[in-house]
Amino acid sequence: MATVYGIGSSGAAPALEAKAVSVSYGDATAVRDVSLTVPANRVVALIGPSGCGKSTLLRCFNRMNDLVPNARVAGRVDFHGRDLYDHGVDPVEVRRRIGMVFQKPNPFPKSIFDNVAFGPRVNGFHGDLDGVVEASLRQSALWDEVSDRLGDSAYALSGGQQQRLCIARTLAVKPEVVLMDEPASSLDPIATQRIEELIYQLKERYTIVIVTHNMQQAARISDYTAFLYMGELVEYGPTETIFTNPREERTEAYVTGRFG
Amino acid sequence: MRRGAASRRHFHEELDTLQARLMEMAGIVERLIGQAAEAVLKRDWSMAERLVADDDRVDELEIEIDERVMELLALQQPMAVDLRQIVATNKASNDLERMGDHAVNIAKAAGRLSQAAAIPEVRELAEMVSIATGMVSQSLAAFVSRDPEAARIVCETDDRVDDLRGSMYRILVTHMLEDPRRLSAALELLLVSQNLERIADLATNIAEDVVFLVEGRNIKHGAEGPA
Repeated sequence: MATVYGIGSSGAAPALEAKAVSVSYGDATAVRDVSLTVPANRVVALIGPSGCGKSTLLRCFNRMNDLVPNARVAGRVDFHGRDLYDHGVDPVEVRRRIGMVFQKPNPFPKSIFDNVAFGPRVNGFHGDLDGVVEASLRQSALWDEVSDRLGDSAYALSGGQQQRLCIARTLAVKPEVVLMDEPASSLDPIATQRIEELIYQLKERYTIVIVTHNMQQAARISDYTAFLYMGELVEYGPTETIFTNPREERTEAYVTGRFG
Repeated sequence: MRRGAASRRHFHEELDTLQARLMEMAGIVERLIGQAAEAVLKRDWSMAERLVADDDRVDELEIEIDERVMELLALQQPMAVDLRQIVATNKASNDLERMGDHAVNIAKAAGRLSQAAAIPEVRELAEMVSIATGMVSQSLAAFVSRDPEAARIVCETDDRVDDLRGSMYRILVTHMLEDPRRLSAALELLLVSQNLERIADLATNIAEDVVFLVEGRNIKHGAEGPA
């Protein structure tokens, strides 16, 4: 069982709680007995070397592993006091309330407007769609760049803009939690900085869990950092502690570049 | 760049907070030095206690700045002028904390002086106070306005303080030789002059940090050569 430091005193209510979560693909165990609380309106970063299980753990938080053949999840993930994996919980509804942004921007081959409007339309939204699209694009810091060309194809945007469009698309269905799987790894440094600044702003309204292989990025943007190694949660605590004075030797070795 | 979407805006806001803390510390230290000097010139020892309380706040701010610096260095990977600002702030904060201690030493000496036998006025002391406190204000003003030229003037002024300290030493030794009853007062004044000289040195350090901050050049230990 991992050592968890200093999370209880965060003052924020938990948004998500993983309890003894294990994930295996066939015979291979990718995540082993991980318990971790994600406080609301905070940014939690999952770090660790390739294959440590961070993306697998992230996908547990909105049942994306359901879509992976052979994947088996044990333990529970509580969201508003209910296990996401309970019978009778609708995975589609889970994924609306706990959205996800992927590594590579994946806009639909549609207009900018239709990309953002897609989720609300699918969910049968009948209100002020223009308002939802504008609000979502403003929250993703893209509005000023696209407000005069909402009818243009999403493919006309730069990579960084496409990623912010995907974030707007995720926000349009009004999730509570946004999961991000290396959202800036395909972007140039300036576009990366804008995504990082955006994440910082988004936590006012949303809870964010981000997987990143860029340790410095985790340091810059997260409030709490979890270090995973070989499927186990080695240490979880305030980001400041993890990067200035970690309690576990393996964490120290990883953040100082001595292995991984 | 457009406000609101600017890259690293929150990091730059944290840098502004760091500077604000340093300036709060500077304000207190400047006041401490002024009050301590006044206590000596007026032989008023009642201030010493209050100075100690103010100095506690300076110590707290130093610790807070140390922690913020560590956090910014570890978490934000600062570059170029941002990196220099953080390093310069850390050094300036250590220097200010030392200055606060010297001010307390001076105030305590004032307390003992008021109990000691009289000694004729040493004119150099007032001049030393005036120049040293001026150097402190000017080095801090140069830090805020990022003005390396003003900072270089502070560095040059330090020689005058060293000269005055030498003069005070000779004058005070003469008093001691002439009249042993003046020994206590003369020793206290000697201590005051040493503390003032250290304060001027520390103001010089801050001024050198300003040049480093703005120009990225290290001018310590005569590295820049004579002006």
